[in-house]
Amino acid sequence: MDGMTLSEIGSLLVMQGFNGLSFFSVLLLMALGLAIIFGQMGVINMAHGEFLTIGAYTTYLLSVVATDYAPWFMNFYFIAAIFVGFIVAFIVGYLVEWSMIRHLYRRPLDSLLATWGLSLIMQQAFRSTFGPKEVSATLPDWLMGSYAPTDTIDIPLNGLFVMGLTLLLTGAVALLIFRSRWGLHVRATTQNRAMSGAVGIDTAKVDRLTFALGCGIAGVAGAAFTTIGSTGPTSGSLYIVDTFLVVVFGGAQSLLGTIASAFSIAQAQSTLEFFMTGSMAKVLTLLTIIGILMLRPEGLFRMRVRK
Amino acid sequence: MSQHVKKDEPALKAVARLLRGLLLGAAFLTPALALAAGPPTAEVNTTGLAVTDTTVTVGQLHSATGTMAISETGSIQAERLAIEQINEAGGILGRKIEIIQEDGASDWPTFAEKARKLLVNDKVAAVFGCWTSASRKAVLPVFEKENGMLYYPTFYEGLEESKNVIYTGQEATQQIIAGLDWLAKNKGAKTFYLIGSDYIWPRTSNKIARKHIENVLKGKVVGEDYFPLGHTQFGSLINKIKLKKPDAVYSIIVGGSNVSWWKQLKAAGVTADKQTILTISVTEDEILGIGGENMVGYYAAMKYFQSLDNENNKKFVEAFKAKYGKDAVIGDVTQAAYLGPWLWKAAVEKAGSFDVDKIAAASPDIELTTAPEGYVKIHKNHHLWSKLRIGEAQADGQYKVLYESELIEPNPFPEGYQ
Repeated sequence: MDGMTLSEIGSLLVMQGFNGLSFFSVLLLMALGLAIIFGQMGVINMAHGEFLTIGAYTTYLLSVVATDYAPWFMNFYFIAAIFVGFIVAFIVGYLVEWSMIRHLYRRPLDSLLATWGLSLIMQQAFRSTFGPKEVSATLPDWLMGSYAPTDTIDIPLNGLFVMGLTLLLTGAVALLIFRSRWGLHVRATTQNRAMSGAVGIDTAKVDRLTFALGCGIAGVAGAAFTTIGSTGPTSGSLYIVDTFLVVVFGGAQSLLGTIASAFSIAQAQSTLEFFMTGSMAKVLTLLTIIGILMLRPEGLFRMRVRK
Repeated sequence: MSQHVKKDEPALKAVARLLRGLLLGAAFLTPALALAAGPPTAEVNTTGLAVTDTTVTVGQLHSATGTMAISETGSIQAERLAIEQINEAGGILGRKIEIIQEDGASDWPTFAEKARKLLVNDKVAAVFGCWTSASRKAVLPVFEKENGMLYYPTFYEGLEESKNVIYTGQEATQQIIAGLDWLAKNKGAKTFYLIGSDYIWPRTSNKIARKHIENVLKGKVVGEDYFPLGHTQFGSLINKIKLKKPDAVYSIIVGGSNVSWWKQLKAAGVTADKQTILTISVTEDEILGIGGENMVGYYAAMKYFQSLDNENNKKFVEAFKAKYGKDAVIGDVTQAAYLGPWLWKAAVEKAGSFDVDKIAAASPDIELTTAPEGYVKIHKNHHLWSKLRIGEAQADGQYKVLYESELIEPNPFPEGYQ
């Protein structure tokens, strides 16, 4: 650290702190959709990463349209891409639930295999449609580069953007699940399907919308991640392990747990990465998580559910 | 295919004996006719390969599906283009090349199984294929046992040499040493930060780089970091680089991680004028995914860039784009894959035979003056003599060539670097 002034070290601490927060919002954003699908509905959706990819490719397509046909659209297309990404992933999710998932609610292990197969099919579909090579969505200027409050501090703009989006989306999901009538139906269905049906809830419809909503949120995450990661047929699979990790570690049915788990994993990993190589940091983070899960098999937070 | 050959053999032998004199005579009188007919099969194929009077069958073994398809597609295309061009020019020893393509599906056991199928069932005369070191290691025992011939296109970590493989990409020292020398000389680099994805190629390469920096350049390695394949968060690494302030970062990050690394670098306010970075893992193919605007001004050390200014390359780029569309890009490995069929053709013609043993023996010292990268020559260790170039990335996704080395001797087992 020789040759560094105190203020430079201070700036590094600020940037490293922001880096942890930014990683936290990335983890939370990608886990949010799965927290609904796996957490609330108990469906092990191995194709979750591919719904992220749908959002990413939607963004890419819109960026092509913007650059080639409508330059005036360039500055706004990214906002539109987030909505379109949501709608496209929502529709695909709706169809997948109708054609496949609904037959598997009583067979969670089969749903694991079926959705894994689905993820392979979707990857190959992307490959056949968009080609095997990665593509790059041209980002609008306001998303590129960094915000520099002082000479030595650089805060990535795309990190700020993802953070803001995550906050909004998490708030919206929390409201939906815990404050809306539809959320009440979802929770009722998860807890006791037969009884929910008996009191007049259309459980099939609730399932379908819940699954589609989770997929739609994955689409939003995928659109946002084009600012920080790759867009290719298998890009989504880069996120799937981390996504399950966050949801399982947090306690599957608790939204608060997902948030807490994303926060602790992100902070642990980004801090460790600063002091050792990336691979070792990952190993240590995973070991810690395994240790904690052995002590608390249901994760950090547990929803009290009558079994 | 093999049955077909066996059935033809006795008849062919008889015809061959009768016509040999005639054909030889004709060869002198009318070269064109001789080219069309070619020497008799029994003569050029004594080991039962899939060679007939008019055709010779080769195999192509890459990943057309799975995660590696992103990288291997360029190689598949380049090999097909070369074979097509060879066929248009009359084929090899008067025989048209036919291709049996197998899909390794990004899965190493599948590669081994398909290699066995190509060599044992199809009896192909040569195989153009593999991309990752893992897939090459998986098929190597098969090629050595069944005595096949593999043309391998990727730059790789070295530490391997086989009679049954021709390595058309660079081994590690060819790619690394001249690049580091260039950094030291032109950028005055004394301190280096080495980073890479966590598997054999980046680790071996960085090991060589560290030895060269410490022992030859008398510089200092201030940091060395590895990240799991598919890692997407590089914020902490970028802060560490800001802390250590190295003169140069040496980057061997691969795959989807690459995109995250360069994008996040730009987002963190790092630009090429503030931080020198040299990479050996980003070709024009990868820039498609990264976006040229995120790479501007950084350097890459490769033996080939699409922008190379020479007649061979102009023709190659033109033919490639005519076949695969005007937006197609050509990276280092794609060009190396294109050399495979041409080197095989030269070896077959020199040996006057398709027999693998004869090709292996004939390969050393074969020269190719028509290579897009310029002149190449096969070394007796079955690697290529080649040049190293430094390119500066441009916003349009191409590299501007800044420097070109002399021909570098391949040295897959470098002493003092292990």
